[in-house]
Amino acid sequence: MDKIKEKLQQTSQATRSERRGRFISFLALILILVVVIAIFWFVAAKGLATFFQNHISVWDFLSGRTWDPSVKGANGKPEVGALPMIVGSFLITLLSALVATPFAIGTAVFMNEIAPRNGAKILQPVTELLVGIPSVVYGFIGLSVVVPFVRHVFGGSGFGILSGTFVLFVMILPTVTSMTADTLKSVPRYYREASLALGATRWQTIHKVVLRAATPGILTAIVFGMARAFGEALAVQMVVGNATLLPHNLVSPSSTLTSVLTEGIGNTVMGSLQNNALWSLALVLLIMSLFFNVIIRIIGRKGELR
Amino acid sequence: MNAKTADKIATAVFYAIAGSVILILAFLLGYILISGFPKLTWQFLTTPAKAFTAGGGIGIQLFNSFYLLLLAMLISFPIALGAGIYLNEYAKQNWLTTIIRTAIEILSSLPSVVVGLFGFLLFVVHMKMGFSILSGALALTFFNLPLLTRSIEGSLAAIPNLQREAGLALGLSRWETVTHVILPAAVPSILTGVILSAGRVFGEAAALIYTSGQSAPALNFGDWNPFNISSPLNPMRPAETLAVHIWKINSEGIMPDASAVSAGSSAVLVLAVLLFNFLARWLGRRLYHRLTSATN
Repeated sequence: MDKIKEKLQQTSQATRSERRGRFISFLALILILVVVIAIFWFVAAKGLATFFQNHISVWDFLSGRTWDPSVKGANGKPEVGALPMIVGSFLITLLSALVATPFAIGTAVFMNEIAPRNGAKILQPVTELLVGIPSVVYGFIGLSVVVPFVRHVFGGSGFGILSGTFVLFVMILPTVTSMTADTLKSVPRYYREASLALGATRWQTIHKVVLRAATPGILTAIVFGMARAFGEALAVQMVVGNATLLPHNLVSPSSTLTSVLTEGIGNTVMGSLQNNALWSLALVLLIMSLFFNVIIRIIGRKGELR
Repeated sequence: MNAKTADKIATAVFYAIAGSVILILAFLLGYILISGFPKLTWQFLTTPAKAFTAGGGIGIQLFNSFYLLLLAMLISFPIALGAGIYLNEYAKQNWLTTIIRTAIEILSSLPSVVVGLFGFLLFVVHMKMGFSILSGALALTFFNLPLLTRSIEGSLAAIPNLQREAGLALGLSRWETVTHVILPAAVPSILTGVILSAGRVFGEAAALIYTSGQSAPALNFGDWNPFNISSPLNPMRPAETLAVHIWKINSEGIMPDASAVSAGSSAVLVLAVLLFNFLARWLGRRLYHRLTSATN
């Protein structure tokens, strides 16, 4: 009797495997969370050391114009002005997004509204393929095509913000285009039908109905492209010239947060001020990436309400 | 200007924009493939690189890229699978799930150079693993996890609830339903997601320059003992991948035929991405027909 009772009260094989499976898959999920927290913890700890250990003021760091951490400046503190890189990063990001946006929207509209058949057959697979092209390939093409072109047309060395903008424009174009196309696709068909039934032309339908309805999605696509441009390292580093100076004009050699990071981290000693200052740049990069995330969320929430 | 003229002008403008984008994209692909194609000989693909003289190949880099990809996938796939299963099958709508979803989103949008620097700090410096394939594979895992998790979750979510109900109605536990009913049905689309993310991992360089390093020591391809230092399988050796190689020779500029070698390497990278894309589509469709009873 007791044996049967015992057997019935025991957890079954299935329950045990259920618990084990659930626990293991939960661990996998928690691992991702731990990784994200660890990334923030490590980068913040390293990046804040510049301010707490080396006593550089945050304002000097953000607004200083000279980046030369191994040299002491006029006030007796090392020269760690990150303004040139911050300006470089923002300038390249904004310019490339500014150039890419009309092209991306135009192409997406063309794919969806004007020539859907050819668009789906040719443009869509090609843009999806280009999203996957490695960034170093873009950098290499920038180096061998864009830089000589800029040098030829605008003079100077060819390295600079303008070349970086061209490279990033081509790089984020497929991303922004395919995201915009997805948004346009999700605009209900009867919106267009209603507009056309009212006697609107195709162009009126596109810019008064379709683009209006898709605005939140398009904005998300643009911010997404900007986030990608801001964080891109190697392709930019190859064409921007890497001079830590405030850009005089679009064709003077300059630098971005990512380009200084990729070049410098290997040449400095862990724990030194030169190294900590670089980690502060990484922290700025991290905070900006968070910022882009927040913007995307806000746009998403506003878009939902309507 | 009346509405009809405006419509015609706008249509022309859209054609012009789409045309110029097609031109740009075609030029891009054409340039890579045409300038790189003459380089693509068996000798180029198999011989080691030369730093100071012309005529080097990309053999070791190519092997490193594939080996690193394999290791990164071996590490990240089980984790992403577990996380995807939990998110789609078990997770309740509560604050913890929201936080984790946000964390995954943040991780996927982090610049890869930051992920690489984190890997450098944690694995190369703190854990003293040095510039090694293992450090690189772990950094790539972090880079790959959020996208793979989301793609797996999406694949599972696409399986209709009827299947889950059928499994539960047969007296299976939830876990058994997942492993015996849901996962087999989701295999084709999971596989497509894995291959597509493999394409991304294959071309990644920024996360690797400070984790798997920028040097490719000579390998002895007759030695397959993973504990020997010159063995190709040794996970603790530094390993420059193809993408890192392109960056390295272009930013240092001592190799006399750097641009030809980069053109060839770029063509290989792009062809690999193309191959991954086609493979994903083809295999996904093929498996779908095999595993379900769908007919052509």
